Amino acid sequence: MSNPQVSKDATILKKTVLLRRKPSTSSRPPLKKGTLVGKILFYGLIGFFLLNLVGLVGSVLVDSFGERWFGTWLPANWTGRWYEYIGSDHNMGQLLTNTLFVAVTTTLIALLVGFPAAYILARKQFRFKGLLTGFYLLPMLIPPLAYGIPLATFLIRQDLHRSLAGIILLNLVPVLPFVILILAPFIEQVDVSLESASRILGANRFQTFRRVVLPLVIPGLLTAGLLSLVRTIAMFELTFLIADANTQTLVVALYGDAFGAGIRPNQAISAMAVIYMATTMALLVFALIFIKPTQFVVQLKSNKSK
Amino acid sequence: MANLFVRQSQTTTRWMLIRRLNIWTLLLSLPALLTVLILFIYPLLFGLDQSFRSGARGEGDWTLQNYEKFFGDSRQVDTIWTTFQIALPVTFFSVALSVPLAYFMRRGIKFERLITTILILPITLGTVMVAQAMLNYFGPRGWFNQFLQSIGLIDAPLRLTHNFLGVEIALFIQGFPFAFLLILGYMSGISSDLERASQMLGASQWQTFWRIILPLTIPGIATAFCLSFVANFSVFPSANLLGQPTGETRVISIAAYQAAYIENNRPFGTAIALIMGLIEFAVIMLVLWFSRKMARGATLGGGKGV
Amino acid sequence: MDQIQTLEMRGVTRRYATTNALANFNLLIKGGSFVTLLGPSGCGKSTALNCLAGLLELTEGEILVNGRPVQHIPAEKRGFGMVFQNYALFPHLTVARNVGYGLEIRGVPKAERARRVKRALQRVHLEDFEKRYPAQLSGGQQQRLAITRTIVLEPNLLLLDEPLSNLDAKLRGELRIEIKRLHEQLGLTTVYVTHDQSEAMSLSDKVVVMRQGQIEQLGTPQEIFMQPTSLYVADFMGYANRLPLTLVGREGHLLVVETDNGLSLRAVSTLAESQEWSPGQRFLGCFRPEDANLITEPLINGMRGQVQLIEYLGTSFEILVQLEGENQSQFLLRSQYPPAVNETVIFTVPPERLLLFPLSEASSTKVVKQSTISSGEPALKGDN
Repeated sequence: MSNPQVSKDATILKKTVLLRRKPSTSSRPPLKKGTLVGKILFYGLIGFFLLNLVGLVGSVLVDSFGERWFGTWLPANWTGRWYEYIGSDHNMGQLLTNTLFVAVTTTLIALLVGFPAAYILARKQFRFKGLLTGFYLLPMLIPPLAYGIPLATFLIRQDLHRSLAGIILLNLVPVLPFVILILAPFIEQVDVSLESASRILGANRFQTFRRVVLPLVIPGLLTAGLLSLVRTIAMFELTFLIADANTQTLVVALYGDAFGAGIRPNQAISAMAVIYMATTMALLVFALIFIKPTQFVVQLKSNKSK
Repeated sequence: MANLFVRQSQTTTRWMLIRRLNIWTLLLSLPALLTVLILFIYPLLFGLDQSFRSGARGEGDWTLQNYEKFFGDSRQVDTIWTTFQIALPVTFFSVALSVPLAYFMRRGIKFERLITTILILPITLGTVMVAQAMLNYFGPRGWFNQFLQSIGLIDAPLRLTHNFLGVEIALFIQGFPFAFLLILGYMSGISSDLERASQMLGASQWQTFWRIILPLTIPGIATAFCLSFVANFSVFPSANLLGQPTGETRVISIAAYQAAYIENNRPFGTAIALIMGLIEFAVIMLVLWFSRKMARGATLGGGKGV
Repeated sequence: MDQIQTLEMRGVTRRYATTNALANFNLLIKGGSFVTLLGPSGCGKSTALNCLAGLLELTEGEILVNGRPVQHIPAEKRGFGMVFQNYALFPHLTVARNVGYGLEIRGVPKAERARRVKRALQRVHLEDFEKRYPAQLSGGQQQRLAITRTIVLEPNLLLLDEPLSNLDAKLRGELRIEIKRLHEQLGLTTVYVTHDQSEAMSLSDKVVVMRQGQIEQLGTPQEIFMQPTSLYVADFMGYANRLPLTLVGREGHLLVVETDNGLSLRAVSTLAESQEWSPGQRFLGCFRPEDANLITEPLINGMRGQVQLIEYLGTSFEILVQLEGENQSQFLLRSQYPPAVNETVIFTVPPERLLLFPLSEASSTKVVKQSTISSGEPALKGDN
């Protein structure tokens, strides 16, 4: 990308979001580590944050299995009936299908459309590149409601709001720049001379893409895909605008339950929340099982391939 | 004769050069371009047009009444200040806290992967889940208050939900990890050779931080600030679930939603959404301009890049 | 692919934005010869190579193989072989699959492919590494792998883009010999790009010194080395010593010149235009440290100077000498036996090794000093 800043951001996103580098093993001496006070403060703060995180998730989990919980550490009794409750209250099957279908389809489309766009940004230099990059990334800088409301109106007019297609299109808007942002630095990392070498050895562009570029960008595609999936499942503001009872996703149903808190018992809402959380976690675990974790780890360019 | 031949092949070469370059660039970028145009630019323009129309369905003539209606109503205008009040402090705080923590972690620490993975959790869970979990955990009878009371730190439970503070906490829980990871990525990209050089030239650790590390991190800080601010300014579900949507946390997104879907006045709602977008955009431009002024030339040669 | 009898680049121009990476580049290469494009970075040598390969499009001009234009043929169809500076080995493929890549693309059946790959790897002693990945090989092995990958396809032209620059000195020497041996065995037309003049000298049949997208001088290594035709080339070939001189007259085939202090010397010129030179004109005399001799009774071109610094190079000593009476002129000389610092020495340069170049060039060339000695003013630039 011509804008080094954006490229940097993307690289960081890519590198930091999923488990990267081990500490430096260079021959140079390590720099002074922080003082003891610094260490205490750091681990203290992070620990505090993490502890509360655990508490947050845990309290929902416990609540969903609890019978009458008032002001004590744990509920008086345990039960699973809240899950039955939401099972009858919602069409869970449909919710799950909707959620997964929307997430997967949106992600696939975003990858399909975003990969070539990212490739061009990563490889080619041309006059309007900065403009083009900004253009792609614009949806990330505009609040979802700002384009969501008019887009929703537009989709309703096209009568697309009764099907999942409308929801997919709506969610595609913020996901596409996200995918491009993540993919571009992955593609940049693939040395151009590898493509040149492949061509010299007789491969045409398509063969070069299939045999050299694609295998080497797979970690990027997986990262972008996984992050998009997770993000779409959690994406509330947009789906909320046009979903109806049949096309809503888990997160919208959860919000609906939570917002109408007077009508439902809190435990039921918690149960719903647990289902939602479980779906996201299940997806992550599923992805990590089928995809070797090492494929996510970005191999930093070694000095040799300068 | 030979001259003619040479001339002809010259022009064909040039023509083929131009043609070849552009076809690929165009073809590969086309899907992404079209998507952004159709799903983003067009609705935005459509919404812009709508916002200038009278009538609840936007079929009237051109008028400024929607904008007049917004700015004429002090309750509506207040939403802007309210949203700023909510978004700015938490953004500043997230970024400010990220800097020293990232500095500490920049060369890698023990449990780095674990910490990073767990920090990503709130981002993957999403706004609605976090809000609901907070209602459980930070509620007056939740574990957090229970714990503080049991160790005698407080007498009465803290009001952390259904108010301004609740929304702030929610935004922090999701915003901080993101800002932290982004800034961490930037900082760790600054070559440690620069620190070593500074050390050898006699600078203390604080001086090195203030004069070398911090200036080089400014682009990252600016980016983190902008992206966090966008997310925080667009706050919607948290403000509804965790705050007082009719009172002290009536943010501009709520106003937009209310206008469009509750009062069924789409043009008015769109106008408010566009105002929100514009304000956000203006703030981002300001921050980027400011950061560019401060970091002029600093990114050049700022170590081996990311 | 048919054997190359002639390879020609005719009027090749490559424009990028507003600059010409190559400008009206004309080069005729005889089949089977080893040609090196030599020059500093930015001179256009890599551009020329990439244009030949088909990886860069020509803005103007033609590339002709045996008289037939090929510039419209895409790189993958040209049948040339290329070795890249960073080897460009496919990290996700094993050594065997790297070598067999081109064969796979061509649809060579598996059995024959395996056979040819094995044979090719045996020739470079890498047959034990078949199942390894490039990252597990040493630098020298990677380089041999990169060459093998190309050779196995039996190309009719071999292009090498600074293949040795990533290696340490010892490996560089070894692999240089291997490249030379390869050329002698296979007789492939080879175009080699480098900024290292010793590589160019040892490997090539012809050397093309390039400057800003154009050919500065073309000749055999010996011609370039002994008879550079411009200050730029002389610079590059290590003519590190400069002396401003005024032409005074002629003596047979020699030119009689004088320093500003009246020291009389004999010199020559490699330029045809030197026939037209007239007394009173100013020139820069250049000579190589290796051509100077510390001698007590010079018959001709004797000069005196004071030793400033001595550097031990292992094979000889490099001595920095300040020319008597010329405060601006310091020379680098070579000698087997070191004099003492501050000692006054007498040295000479054979007239045939003192080359004159017009001064107008001097302001536009930078001095490329070979020695690491520096003391006081590095006054070996053109003075005027």
